[in-house]
Amino acid sequence: MARSQSGSPAHGNLDRMSRALAHTLVVAILAALLAVAFWRSGYEFQWEGVWAYRQKFVTGWLTTVAMSLASLVLSALVGLVTAVGLRSRWTLVEAAARVYVELIRGTPLLVQLLIGFYVVANAVGLENRYVVGALVLALFSGAYMAEIFRGGLAAIPAGQRDAARAIGLTPWQSLRLVILPQAIRLVLPAVAGQLVSLIKDSSLLSVIAVSEFTLAAQEVNSFTYSTLESYLPLAAGYLLLTLPLSALSRWLERSFAYEAG
Amino acid sequence: MELVVKGLTQAYGKTTVLDRLDLVTGDIRALVLVGPSGGGKTTLLRILAGLDLPIEGSVSFAGKTLPRDEPGLLAYRRHVGTVFQAYNLFPHLSALDNLTLPLVHVHGLSPAAALERVAEPLERFKLAEHAHKRPSQLSGGQKQRIAILRALATKPERLFLDEPTSALDPEMTAEVLEMIGELKDLGTRFVLVTHEMGFARRVADEVAFVGGGKVVASGPASTMFEKCPEPRVREFFARILP
Repeated sequence: MARSQSGSPAHGNLDRMSRALAHTLVVAILAALLAVAFWRSGYEFQWEGVWAYRQKFVTGWLTTVAMSLASLVLSALVGLVTAVGLRSRWTLVEAAARVYVELIRGTPLLVQLLIGFYVVANAVGLENRYVVGALVLALFSGAYMAEIFRGGLAAIPAGQRDAARAIGLTPWQSLRLVILPQAIRLVLPAVAGQLVSLIKDSSLLSVIAVSEFTLAAQEVNSFTYSTLESYLPLAAGYLLLTLPLSALSRWLERSFAYEAG
Repeated sequence: MELVVKGLTQAYGKTTVLDRLDLVTGDIRALVLVGPSGGGKTTLLRILAGLDLPIEGSVSFAGKTLPRDEPGLLAYRRHVGTVFQAYNLFPHLSALDNLTLPLVHVHGLSPAAALERVAEPLERFKLAEHAHKRPSQLSGGQKQRIAILRALATKPERLFLDEPTSALDPEMTAEVLEMIGELKDLGTRFVLVTHEMGFARRVADEVAFVGGGKVVASGPASTMFEKCPEPRVREFFARILP
């Protein structure tokens, strides 16, 4: 709110233009430095070999998008349930949620993927590595989501719950009509940030041989021996996903900002 | 409302806030709770409003005893209204949606019927032009008057108001007190916690002085303000009344 009230629209435009200019300048300087570094390394780019495998990149990139989206939806559900669990009055529920969050956040995703696929999935007879991959990634991200949601729920003033009870809402109605609509606005930027992490973390799915973007680059590299030519498109492909998300996150932050009433 | 409170005890951790509090009123319309800060007024009001369960003791209005279980209290809260010091409007909803939410989701009115129900009071209290604003776009006085309408829209048996003007400047205080005075004239029954002694004197049928977790004295407003036998009460009024 404060942003839209301060200064005229023209002033805001100027602000935005100077910020865009500054961004461009920083990117240009970085690009120049990188170009100098590549030139001094004497690396000779050979794009022909990699170009032949372009379809592999596209398929891998689409797989990454699909796996990330599936994990995102699942992890939001897991995170919400866990966040409510973290705030539960029942000690056992609270303890279960807390142990889950600490175990997941305290161990590497790599280990979780290996144990999830080779031990747990094997034991229950789940063979589809894409399903297992999405599940493990969702459980991993869900622990972080849970902390984001818990923080969002805790940020709603106690008076809101009081008012909800005073007008006779049931606990479930209070959560659905009063608490969640406010909490979701609060956590949306952080959730978008978590999605950025999720997309990058999905690169580890390559260790259980999910043919996603990173594995595609690794394979192309092993076929062509053109390391940088294989991995530079990888960086570009991830940026293509994460930059718009960051922008979305900032936009959400601005548009949902309202003063507590 | 004939209020009978017996042996009411409430504690948070090791702090006793209400200490076997007793209070009996006649069949009155307006009861005002006064007394020093931290004396237990708000705690008492929250129990009367069915928001908190006391550790011990009982409360009855007109012979009906307040339930001691959460489902019972939920049903009880649906028949009374509560107004808070900090308004506690829902900031993500417009003033109008704040008013209709309990009507639609608790009392089963259709959205159209709910709108119709709140239209007249919005007009009467000159809030209709602000109905579509979010709470953050309203002044403190407007927020509190919307909050009072939200509590009233469900046609409650009585209202509980917890220091409704403590967060407001004098002008807005006057605007909210005027509304409460008008509601009393319209027949609304209420229990009010306030530090506005002039208003308390004007509006109260009975006054209870709450201090140290007990009712130190209670009775008709005129007796309480002018010739209360309790020295503590006389000293309190002497200090704050002009």
